[in-house]
Amino acid sequence: MQTWSLVSICVLLSIIARWGVSLNSYSGAGKPPMFGDYEAQRHWQEVTYNLPIQEWYFNTTNNDLNYWGLDYPPLTAYHSWICAYLAKTINPEWVELHKSRGYESTQHKLFMRTTVLVADLLIYIPAVVLYCLYLTDGSSKKKVSVMFCFLLYPGLILIDYGHFQYNGVSLGFALWGILALGLGWDVLGSMAFSLALNYKQMELYHALPFFCYLLGKCIKTGLMGRGLFLLVRVGVTVLATFALCWLPFLAEPSQAMQVVRRIFPVARGLFEDKVANTWCSLNTLIKIRSILPGDSQLYLSLACTLLAVLPSCIRLLTKPTFWHFKLALVNSSLAFFLFSFQVHEKSILLAALPACLLLNDLPLMALWFLQASTFSMLPLFLKDGLLVPYIVTSLGFLFFSIYLLSALDHCSEDKLRLGAYNKLFYWVLKMDLAFIVRWKFYISIAAMVGLSIAAAVLIAPLHLPDLFPVLISTTAFLHFLGTFIHFNVIQFSEPPSRKSQKKSN
Amino acid sequence: MAADSCSWFSALAVGVSLLKCFFISAYRSTDFEVHRNWLAITHSLPVSRWYYENTSEWTLDYPPLFAWFEFGLSQVARSFDANMLQVENLNYASPATVLFQRLSVIVTDVVFIYAARECCRCVREPKGSRDILSQPSFVLAVLLLWNFGLLLVDHIHFQYNGFLFGFLLLSVAKHLQSQHLQGALLFAFLLNLKHIYLYVAPAYGVYLLRSYCFTQDNKDGSIRWSSFSLLRLLALGAIVTSVCALSFGPFIAMGQLPQVLSRLFPFKRGLCHAYWAPNIWALYNVLDKTLAVIGVRLKLLKEAELPLASMTGGLVQEFEHSVLPSVTPTVTLVCTLLSILPAAASIWLRPCGARGFLRCLLLCALGSFMFGWHVHEKAILIAILPLSILAVENREDAGIFLILTTTGHYSLFPLLFTPAELPFKVVLMLMFSIFSFTALRKLHSAQGFLLHPLEVIYLLGLVAVAIACEVVFPLSPWQQRLPFLPLLVTSVYCAMGVCYAFLRLYASLLLQREDKPKLL
Repeated sequence: MQTWSLVSICVLLSIIARWGVSLNSYSGAGKPPMFGDYEAQRHWQEVTYNLPIQEWYFNTTNNDLNYWGLDYPPLTAYHSWICAYLAKTINPEWVELHKSRGYESTQHKLFMRTTVLVADLLIYIPAVVLYCLYLTDGSSKKKVSVMFCFLLYPGLILIDYGHFQYNGVSLGFALWGILALGLGWDVLGSMAFSLALNYKQMELYHALPFFCYLLGKCIKTGLMGRGLFLLVRVGVTVLATFALCWLPFLAEPSQAMQVVRRIFPVARGLFEDKVANTWCSLNTLIKIRSILPGDSQLYLSLACTLLAVLPSCIRLLTKPTFWHFKLALVNSSLAFFLFSFQVHEKSILLAALPACLLLNDLPLMALWFLQASTFSMLPLFLKDGLLVPYIVTSLGFLFFSIYLLSALDHCSEDKLRLGAYNKLFYWVLKMDLAFIVRWKFYISIAAMVGLSIAAAVLIAPLHLPDLFPVLISTTAFLHFLGTFIHFNVIQFSEPPSRKSQKKSN
Repeated sequence: MAADSCSWFSALAVGVSLLKCFFISAYRSTDFEVHRNWLAITHSLPVSRWYYENTSEWTLDYPPLFAWFEFGLSQVARSFDANMLQVENLNYASPATVLFQRLSVIVTDVVFIYAARECCRCVREPKGSRDILSQPSFVLAVLLLWNFGLLLVDHIHFQYNGFLFGFLLLSVAKHLQSQHLQGALLFAFLLNLKHIYLYVAPAYGVYLLRSYCFTQDNKDGSIRWSSFSLLRLLALGAIVTSVCALSFGPFIAMGQLPQVLSRLFPFKRGLCHAYWAPNIWALYNVLDKTLAVIGVRLKLLKEAELPLASMTGGLVQEFEHSVLPSVTPTVTLVCTLLSILPAAASIWLRPCGARGFLRCLLLCALGSFMFGWHVHEKAILIAILPLSILAVENREDAGIFLILTTTGHYSLFPLLFTPAELPFKVVLMLMFSIFSFTALRKLHSAQGFLLHPLEVIYLLGLVAVAIACEVVFPLSPWQQRLPFLPLLVTSVYCAMGVCYAFLRLYASLLLQREDKPKLL
């Protein structure tokens, strides 16, 4: 069979998975007065369509910022505006000012779901296909297998098509950026990444590796000669892209400042809900939020984040190769997720995207982390009524990634890149590390399955209403922390030689 | 990828089972309520009332073994939601009910998966180890397990065909493996589960009588009367009668047989289903319409004299043709029998082993599809699934398979008319077509092209029809005036392809070369 037919079959299958999930419920369905993210997106369409651009980010009589006020950068707003035009031509009631608040109908759901699918088809899916075809090693069958698992990553599908968000757009732009950098088109890559940043500010999780990789590359080629030229070109591109995206808000400084204030809500506290990061997990032991004042919380998290990001970024700066770039993306986004301020559980998708890039090189570790990341969002899925799609997509992803990538077949120490641990802890030299890792994997999967069943079926005791969400977020936190440490160790160990990489395929 | 044949088969099976779970909350037809009602009837009423109960309009009209199957399911259904088991709860569809019914289809498909596995074992593998993706058994497994029609009809539209086809394919596989008694037993069970498989019964009858009850042939291949084995005939007879006795016995004892049979064979319905199945009668109806219109234009006919025949009006009633003679059930029966006769005669006179039988079975299925009374478009699957086995072995059959599946599957499109399910049917169909075209071409790449250029043009025309019917038409002003035009165009266009495939398949049986290897 030709590669093109395999590729198209895989893409079509992933579309079916996406559309299958999208038939289910969305966040806040039928739950007035605030509804959920679905209503937020619809409300942004209503606001952007009906109000002049100067009012989008301001609290006015027509724009109540307390009701799902726009808190994403301008590209999201423009996207909502385009969708609103389509909505208006189909059914004007969907975006009518004030009156459409909380509008729900099957047709409208179909429209909203379609907009997500269209955005994915235009941006995310082509980027994944091209990345897997051009930037993964191995036979064409291997590439297609990696692509299939990449496209089936359940977390993104469930959040975008179940819960309802447009993460595919920002992650897709970031992936286009990674793809372009991998192919050596640095200017295009930085432009694509700037677009990603302008779609969702959370893309800042990826910004440092991008910056360090490009800077490292400039230094390597000589800061005085061609390197400088590259630096200037990249800098100008980024500035130009930003200026273009922010053009309508640049006329008045107050406008731009208001957008920035909306995007970075520093007043909202260290964390909300149950999220699998350090602060929320520590909260079970120490109540940081009541001990420290708001400002110190902010500085503490900022300091911790910077400290956590620093090692992998410095390593990338000194060795700006694509391999280190991919690892640094995982490490940086995980560091942000674990330590930064006001993290949402959905932000783990930002770490999941670069982990997908490693599916070919480190199959077991990548899929383990990806599964844990899906699991960490379980409380959200349960709230949205997405239990069945969660089970189906997780089982499918786990089964096919283990089967197609033969993740468990070849897990020798060499393949798992565990060599560094042998150097670090010379006393475990005698033990079979790969064996231990494999058993840890089985136990962790069993724990996730057990907790999933418990959370779905059992009713928490009255005096501990948050028992299962806390257990889930702590378990997931341990996984994330482990992944973070492991990928940092890998980044500091010797990069894989071309030869051993060839062999592993 | 692991080369072990067991692992890829289970990967395909697990994959398709998970895929089916995506359709749990999709659109479901009234068949969902039909089966829920049967669950309720069999669970809450005594056996003597099963075929008399008529609270719901969807009365029990499958043979008794299927009723017992529903009875078995209802025992599990109790623990999901006991309310679905009350006969008065019409149109009851709580989330637990939906989940249970959908899962019951997915789980009972295990029979189908097992049957597909057995079929794959019967396929002749070429020598030399090749890439897994172009092994005939792999291709066959995908063609069967991932069959578009089955996914659409069973898991979105809602029916239990996978389970039933499991019996059919298993019985075919047993015949291919020369285990004729098992094959006969399975088919007897199948007939008592759903009587639509009577269509292919002639093939079974002739084949078993000729190739099983007569143990030897003469040198020239003709029948040797002296080799008749009474023991074998008695064994066959005992199997069939005991299964039928098991199924119908209680109802005969209660004196309800006429009532059961009247439920099983409702001849009050019309020649064609509300949506015409792509068969001869679709072409006949269109010819009649065209002649009527031309007649009126040429003033040969008076419009007032024509019967008010809203043939595609969505009514399942009898209607009269305006120009051509009207078709009665007897006529369709005679036509069906006539179309099956040559095929049956051929395997009687020149038995070609189990594969000849399979070909005859296909022709019986297609013959009754082409000429039968009140045929459903879903019945095309009875031909498509067994043809998959031949398609991976023979280049010419592969060509016929591509035409028949593409047209047959496309003719299923009107089953799903809700906008939310449009992506499913388009994407699934595309996926299946891309796979079947590329895989079969690769499989038979040594022997040249599979399709004639004209056939390719015909199949590409299907794309145009699809775009016209699904995209252009709903936006056009004709939507109001001629709401049934897309259905008509679809069934007529597909009818041509199905007719053509039928004729070619017939030719392949009658012109079968003698040097064909006789297997098994």
